[in-house]
Formats: sequence, structure tokens, C-alpha cells
Amino acid sequence: MSDAPQPTPQQPQRGHRRLVLQLLGLTAGSAAFGFALVPLYDTLCRQFGINGKSSVNAGEEKDATPGKVDLDRSVTVQFMSTLMPGLPWEIRPLETSVSVHPGELRTTRFLVRNASGEAVTGQAVPSISPGQAAAHLKKIECFCFRQQALGPGESKELPLTFFIDSDIDPNIRELTLAYAFFPAPANPKGGPQ
Amino acid sequence: MNTATIAHDGHGHGDHHPSGIMRWLTTTNHKDIGTMYMTFSLLMFFLGGLMILLVRAELFQPGLQFLKPEFFNQLIGNHALIMIFGALMPAATGFANWQIPLMIGAPDMALPRLNNWGFWLLPPAATLLTLPFILEFFGVGDGALATGWTFYAPLSIQGGIGVDFAIFAVHILGISSIMGSINIIVTIFNMRAPGMTMMKLPLFVWGWLITAFLLVITLPVLAGAVTMLLMDRHFDTHFFIAAGGGDPILFQHLFWFFGHPEVYILLLPVWGLIPHVLSTFTRKPTYGYKAQVYSFIAIGVLSLVVWAHHFFTAGMPVPALLYFMYSTMSISLPLAVLFFCWVATMWRGAMTFETPMLFALGFIVLFGIAGLTGLVLADVAADAQYHHSYFVVAHFHYALFTGGIMGVMTGVYYWLPKWTGHMYSEKLGKLHFWLTVISFNLTFMPQFFLGLAGMPRRIPDYALQFAEFNAISTVGAFILGFSQLIFAWNIWKCIKGGEKAHAKVWEGAEGLEWELPSPPPHHSWEVQPKVA
Ligand SMILES: [Cu+2]
Repeated sequence: MSDAPQPTPQQPQRGHRRLVLQLLGLTAGSAAFGFALVPLYDTLCRQFGINGKSSVNAGEEKDATPGKVDLDRSVTVQFMSTLMPGLPWEIRPLETSVSVHPGELRTTRFLVRNASGEAVTGQAVPSISPGQAAAHLKKIECFCFRQQALGPGESKELPLTFFIDSDIDPNIRELTLAYAFFPAPANPKGGPQ
Repeated sequence: MNTATIAHDGHGHGDHHPSGIMRWLTTTNHKDIGTMYMTFSLLMFFLGGLMILLVRAELFQPGLQFLKPEFFNQLIGNHALIMIFGALMPAATGFANWQIPLMIGAPDMALPRLNNWGFWLLPPAATLLTLPFILEFFGVGDGALATGWTFYAPLSIQGGIGVDFAIFAVHILGISSIMGSINIIVTIFNMRAPGMTMMKLPLFVWGWLITAFLLVITLPVLAGAVTMLLMDRHFDTHFFIAAGGGDPILFQHLFWFFGHPEVYILLLPVWGLIPHVLSTFTRKPTYGYKAQVYSFIAIGVLSLVVWAHHFFTAGMPVPALLYFMYSTMSISLPLAVLFFCWVATMWRGAMTFETPMLFALGFIVLFGIAGLTGLVLADVAADAQYHHSYFVVAHFHYALFTGGIMGVMTGVYYWLPKWTGHMYSEKLGKLHFWLTVISFNLTFMPQFFLGLAGMPRRIPDYALQFAEFNAISTVGAFILGFSQLIFAWNIWKCIKGGEKAHAKVWEGAEGLEWELPSPPPHHSWEVQPKVA
């Protein structure tokens, strides 16, 4: 056996190079795909109302117009608010539910109070369920469009103006608009819808 | 480490090879590297086992006995990461290194130096993962990763330094696995013996080929996800922070896009080796070779598109639920083909029950239970009840302990005489098998009932009505853990000596690896064999 020529694993390496490069390309492609999933996921969620995300972002939604009011139908909209850890506020919707006709413009308010002795900034993040309804609830004016700053002990009534567009599935008679209030992040990435 | 030493002596001009520790640090020989992978895997198997025995000791009775809940949380996640990335994946890579060149008639792996780097990334990664345990002991940080192995945001964004250590460990493990996979794919494509067409490749090699592609496709996505997590933690991004416009559920999608294929990454090499064992000990050719190859490919492809069944309860539109339910269930079709082929291979065979065959049979029966309970969990309506319960824990241990680890043990007993040149003790092997299957079922069968009764997973304390089943499960776990010492002892004895193994260790064995002496020479196939 010692007379046999040394096998040289290095020798055919030139032939391997092409395949290795292709596989490295596949690896890079997978990594890129992983990062591309971030915007892709966001778009899909808005398109299909997954996780109750609205169909358009804040800027566009402000310009939405209600169109004709459909008096034959009405939809009950329930309001909820959740306080996330780290935000020393008290919050509650002034109305827990309202009944609106599709196309009807409506304003409601949330009461917030800063229970701490310092100025605190918060950010509300909305979610709509059922998810199919998310694309049809349009917010013209919402406190969730920007961060809200409250001074020590200050309380405020935050307005929300919305309508339900008449394309909404007629089987949906009830939907819930829930807000989670977070401590505002230091450096928001564009800000939520 | 006698194995390779013997092989080494048979090699006439070994003087240019360094000896001692330098030999292992610099080796590019596929057998040496395979041995290092297997050794590392066995060590991690015991480390991960030790962690979970602490957990089971705590769960022996309701109430908090030995562990603080924080430490309990660290143990469960690290047990999983160590077992998956430290024990199972390196074992599979060890098999690949040892067996693929032997089985396809190649002199070595295609990229030997890359192979060496791939292995030597593992010990630092394992150190990174476990270091926070020790640091906490000295008052630095708050311990290891305590989020469970899934790193779910936002919990992982709030976690301590353990999360950062685990993220870097995952990066390194990922690089190591991708390097290993590229090496394996290049070896299989470019280094086959003349006449060894793709449709003549041994099934083990086919299984590994699919695994390697899955790793290359999915690991970068996991690496990306944990990188985003790291950025959210330290660089003010908001990929997963809802208040900043991100979405924590996105993390679950990214994680399971890797996590589901990972199951098949762990299982495919085993599904590949089982037919060799069945065919050897039934003395019949493998039934349905082509059907098995196509099933491997089908399962590999399907595994990439079913990930969201891991979080049905996180909220999804109904069409998405239905899609993920049916696509998940459809994986059982190619899997059923595999089961059918395994049974058909044994049908009317001249069966004998040496240890590898016992493990293969145990694998088929118990892995079948994993498959059937998986169907239950894939059902959206049922999953709402069983999600995050002990039913899930029992299910995936039937999949990964019997499907993964018992599969690896099958392979170890089957090929160990080839690697060491000695027979292991058949008596100890059988004792190990029976203790393992009995105590495994004693451990995990009660967990199905606990899950059905509503006991949630990842909780250090539980309600009184769960006490009996938990006590049984803990007793089983300790027997299971200590039985593995027999396994280690048997391997050690087999390395040290014992009855000489023939080239064709098993009378019914087929394939190129059995044409080489046991142990094979330092350079496996200096002259490539011709395959008719
Ligand atoms: Cu899965």
C-alpha cells in the first residue's frame, strides 16, 4: 500500500470550485431571502389583514374618503386598550362600543392619564380583529399616528376618527379595535400606522 | 482513539503527520474528523442529558424543590440547543464524514481543510452557549439563555447576556453546519467512484444530500433572524418590537422557517441508514429504493412550506390555517411510503436480531407513534387544545429521541466494528437497547397523558393532579439517562479491543464500505473502485 500514489484531495479542487461557489451563492440567496421576508411579511399582513394590521399606512389612510353611507347595515365596533409593561399610565376608552353604518364618519375618545411624577412618552399600536375586517376600518385621525407625550400627572382625551368602508364583508357585524400602549421607543423606525 | 491509530499504522508514510493533540487539531482525514464529531456528539449528549435530569428531578414532585425557576428556564432551552446542535447534528455529520467517502468510493471528502475548520468551530460554540452558567456562578450576568430554545421575541429581547451568547453560538454553529453541508454536497456530486450513478447512491448518502441542501437553504434564515434579534437588543432597530412598528410574530415565522426543516435535517440521515440495517439483518435487498429516494426529495421540499403549524394559536387567517394544516398532513404520505418500504424490506426476510437491528425495529415502532401524534397536532382544531402542553413535549421526543438518537445508535452499532476493527459486546448492546426503549416509554408515554390533561410545558411547578405521571416520568428519565453509560462503556471497550471484525462485518451487508478492511486504511480508496 505504501507504493500506491498519495491520494491528493487537493488535486481535483479546481473542479470543485464552481460547485462551491454555486452553493455559497445559494447560502447568500437564503440569507437575502430571510431579510426580504421582513418587508414581504409586512406587506402580506396589510394585504390580508393578518394580525389585524391595517391595509395602508398612516399617510395614505388619512386621505381616505368615506363615500356613501349605507344606512341598511350597521357594524358594532368595540374598543379595547391594553397597557404594556413599563408605561406608568392609566388608559380607557370613553365608549366601549359604538354602532356605525358603513361609510359613516365617527369620532370617539380614549382617556389617558400619566400616573407618574415624570413626563412619559407612549406609543399606541392598533390591532383589528377579525383580521379580514382590518383593511376596511379606516382611521382618518388617530392618536396612534404619532407618539403621545404626557407631563407629570397630566391627563388627556385622545381622539380617534374613523369610518368603515362599505366593501366590508356583510357577514361581519362586529369588530374589535384594540390598542396596546407601549413606552415609546427611543428611535422609532418610521412609526406604526 | 485507537481506531484511527490502527488505520494510521497501516499507512506507510505517515511521518509527515503530526502526532498527539496537533494531529487532531490539524487533521484533514475524513475518518479522524468523523471520529472527532462522534466524540463531541457523545460528550454533548451527556451534557444535555445531565441538564434535563436536573429538570426532571425538580419535576419529580409538585412545588419547588431543588431549582430556582430562573435556572429551570435556562436548563430547558439549553438542553434543547445542546441536544440538537451539539449531539444530534454533529453525530449525523460524524456519520457523513466516516461513511460517505467509504460508501461512494472516494479517497476522502472533497474539501478536507474546510472539513477541519467545520469541526473546530463546534467546541467554541458549545463553550459560548454554556459559559453564562459559569459566569453567573462568579456573579457576572444572569445566566444562560432562559427563553426556551426558540428565542421567541419579545421575551428574548428582554433577556440577559445569555441571549447574546446563544446568538453568537448559533452563528458559529450555523457557519460550521453550512461548511459541512457544502463539503458533503461537493463530495457527493464530484467524488463518486466511476459507475456510481445518482440512482445507485446508497440511501444513507441520499438522505444526507437532502439534509445538506436543507441546511444550506434554512440556516441562513435562522442566522438572519437571530441577527435581527441582536440588532433589536443593542442597536435600536424594531424588527420584532411592536411599539417601534415591528412584529414579534415575524420572529416566529423566521424561526420556524428554519425550525421545521430542522426536524427533517435531523431525521433524513437516519431514514437513510435504516434501510441498510434492515436489508443487512433480513438478508434481502432494500425494497423500493426509488420510492424511498423520491420520498426523501418530496419530504425535503414539503418541509420548507409547512412551518406555521408551530404557532397556529398565534393567530392566522382561516385560509392560512387550512393551508398549513393540509400541507403538514401531506408530509405523512411520503413518510408512509418510507414506512411501507421498511416493512416490505423485512417481509419474509431471514431476520436476525443483533443490536443494530433491535434499534432499527425500535425506531420504526416508536417513530410511528411520533408520526401519528404529529398528525393530531397538525389538526388546527385539536392543536388549540394541545399547543404548548406536555403532549407536544412527548410528541417531539418520540420524533427526536427515537427518530434521531435511537437512529444514531442504530448506526453506531452497525458501523462501529467497521470503524474500530473490533466487535462491540452484543450482550451489553442488547441490555442497552432494552433499558433504553423501556425507560424511554416510561419517561414519555406519561407525558402524553399529562398533555391531554392540560399540563403546560416549560413550567417548574404544577398542579397536584399531575403528580403521579410526573413521578413516573422522572423515574423513567433517570433510568434512561444512566442506561446510556452502558452505551459509552460498550463503545470504549470496542475501541480498546475485542473480537476482530471482518471486512464484511455482517454476513448480509451490501455496499462498498464492506469491501475495505475493518478498520479501513488511512486513505480509504486510493484506487477508486468500479461500480457495475
Ligand atoms: Cu414542524
